[in-house]
Order: sequence, then structure tokens, then C-alpha cells
Amino acid sequence: MADVWRHAWRLARKDLLVEFRSRTAILSAVVFTVLVLMVFNFGRDPTAVAAVDLAPSILWVTFTFAAMLALNRAFQLELENQALDGLLLAPIHRASIYLGKLVANLIFVATVEGVGLPLFALFFNVPILPVLGPLLAVIALATVGFVAVGTLFSAMTARTRFAELLLPVLLLPFMIPPLIWAVLATAALLAGRPLSELAGWLRLLAAFDIVFVTLAFFLFPATVNE
Amino acid sequence: MLLAEGLRHAFGSVRALDDVSFTLHPGQTLAVFGPNGAGKTTLLKVLAGLLRPAGGHARIDGGRRAVGWIGHQPQLYAHLTVRENLRFWASLYDVPEADLERREADLLGRLGLLEHGDRAVRALSRGLVQRVAIARALIHDPRVLLLDEPFTGLDRTAAEEFRRVLAEQAAGGRVTVLVTHNVEEGTELASDVAFMRAGRFVQLEPRGGRGAVEIADAYRRAVTGG
Repeated sequence: MADVWRHAWRLARKDLLVEFRSRTAILSAVVFTVLVLMVFNFGRDPTAVAAVDLAPSILWVTFTFAAMLALNRAFQLELENQALDGLLLAPIHRASIYLGKLVANLIFVATVEGVGLPLFALFFNVPILPVLGPLLAVIALATVGFVAVGTLFSAMTARTRFAELLLPVLLLPFMIPPLIWAVLATAALLAGRPLSELAGWLRLLAAFDIVFVTLAFFLFPATVNE
Repeated sequence: MLLAEGLRHAFGSVRALDDVSFTLHPGQTLAVFGPNGAGKTTLLKVLAGLLRPAGGHARIDGGRRAVGWIGHQPQLYAHLTVRENLRFWASLYDVPEADLERREADLLGRLGLLEHGDRAVRALSRGLVQRVAIARALIHDPRVLLLDEPFTGLDRTAAEEFRRVLAEQAAGGRVTVLVTHNVEEGTELASDVAFMRAGRFVQLEPRGGRGAVEIADAYRRAVTGG
């Protein structure tokens, strides 16, 4: 297992370096995040719905679609110059490729979320500082869940035509449960509910993560074999 | 040793490999000549394990770790430098740091890439990219080389140096399968030659002392009947 993680980290480091050099997906995702938050902020009627009621849904819609940009790019990168064949030829466990992509995607999405969260607090004037710890836990658990599933589907769709269309179509149904739990947990936090009320959502998110990371880990080799 | 026994593969109704068998021992170089669509690339992919054969089996002593591959695409990351690419691929083969420095310096020097080592691959010409692809394939000191039209894009000097490298590899006991449609490119390196048509080896024999002209004549007779 140490070998799997070692190779996974080398792959993730390479992906992050390529992204750092090209800055294609990260810029798109950050600009997208800022634009969506701005549109929702200026497009809503503040007298009709309270910001605190609307904000959790907007936050998660924004993070979800921004993450989609990263997930779409994850395996496209390996198709340029057929680098994926090189990875499949290398004497590494196929699961290393999945874990490497998962780690790189998580860091990518976390970066976008790191930019989006302060803007969200600013635009919607919601008090995130008093609940920052639990809020970060909700974001982390939900992000791991949908990036885990998204990384698997990204590998499945990368070699198809219309991959960029197919990925959201396949992925969104799987993202509904963690998104609903994340929105409910975020809403409870922003409404100042006691932390004990969140425990159920957090447990569900953690269970989703464990099940889908494990499933994806074992299913991934079959998705990249011929 | 490389063993292929009764290999068969089809893409729909098109037979790409039809009962291909051969054995190569250390030091042997097999040049496979055939027209476009003869099944040469499919043969290499099946040997490498990138395609699962519909029938028969292939075995390479040492497994995937022993294989060095040059395909139609360079399997390089355009935004990384030449050295970063080589180091990334070497890291997947767990090449020890001391060996890596020596091999990197040797390959970059021999392939005329020393002055390009810190340039991004996307800034290199087609011929230089092909040289980097050769360095990538050799960086982990593979025991079996699978080469698909490896001279594509190389200028005369680089092609001659690459021939010398391949001759040294053979002298060092490496096994090489080289596929090309250009008889003149592969003949002088080959210990054995095979002519391929419609997925079959129509002729497989030692080259003997024959040169490119004799092999080209034999190829024409075997493949075109002319």
C-alpha cells in the first residue's frame, strides 16, 4: 500500500505542477466561482428571501460546477500525447492513478473553495467566522465525496466523444445526496443551530465518502483497462 | 525473453492480428515491416499489455517494468520541461536517484538534448520532442523495447545516434521489436525480419547478411506479390 500512495503522490504532484504552469483550469474555475457568486448576489431580491436562507444552496451550486471544470480536465490531460498509455504501461498499481488524480483534484477544488468562501461571506453578508471550523468540516466531507465519484467518472468519460457533456450527466445524480446533506448542514450552521444537529449530516457525508472512495478505488482499474 | 503465441485481435469485423507467434531471446531485434493497417501497432499494443488479445497470449520476462515503449505519440507533458518529464516517468519506475542522474545525463547528451533540458516540451520542435520520447522510453533501462515508427521526425544525425543506441541495447542483451513501414529504416538494426499483411506474419526469418535492398525486394514479393 505504501507503493500505491508513493506513486499516487508523484502523479498528484505532476498534475499540480502542470496546472501551476498552464493555469488553464484553475483560472476558469476561479473566474466562474466569482461570477456565479456575483450574479446570485446582484440578481436576487434581498427583501424576498433572506440571504441566510438562500446562501447555502448558492454556495454548493457554485462549488459543484467549479469542481466539474477540474474533473473534466483531470484525464483530458493524460490524453494529450497519449500519456495515459504511459501510465498504464508503468509498473504501478492502477489504483495509484486514481488516488493521484483524487488528491490533485481535491487540492484543486480546495483552492477554488478557498477563494470562493471569503467571497461568499462578503457578498451574502453571512457570519462564517463563528462557525468556521464546523463549516470547513462540512465542506471537506462533501468535497471528498463528489470529487471521489467525479474522478472515477472522469476516467470513464475521458475517452468518449462529448466527454465534457457526458461527465455532468453521469455525475450529477450521484452528487445529489452529498449536496443535499451539505446544503442542510451549511444552512443549520449559518442559522446558528447547535452543532449536535449537524452530527447526522456529517455522519452521512462521512459514510458516503468511505463507501464511494472505496468503491472507486476498486472499480477504477476496470475503467482504464482497454 | 519475449514470447508471443497465437495472438489474435479484431476491431469489429477487421482482423488486426491473426495467429501471430514468435519468440525473441536476449540480444535479438525483430523488425516488423508492413503497409498501413497491417496490424503492426496492434501487435505492439498487445505485446505491451495495452490491448488484451482476443486469443493467444504474450509474455515478457520482467513484466511491465521491463518494457520501454515508443508509440505514435510522445507520452510527454507539454507544460513540463524535458528533465521534469524524464524524472516523472523515472519516478514511476522507482529508478534510484544516483542511477537517474547518470542515465539522464547520458541520454540527454547522446540525443543532443543537453541544452534543451530545462525547456518546456511544448517549446520544442517535432524532432526534438521525438528525441525526448526516446529518452523517456530508455530512462528506466528497459530490457525489452517496443518501438512504433521510432524514427519519425528525427533528422539524419539524431537517427544515426538512435541507431547506435539501439545497437548498444541489443549488444547489452536487450530485446527489441521495431515496427515500421519503411524498410530502409529498420533493416540494419534487425537480427530478424517479419513481413506483415492483414494481421498475419506472411514471412518471419533471420535477416542473415541481407541489406536494405534485398529485404525491400523480399518485402515486396511477400506483401504485394510483386
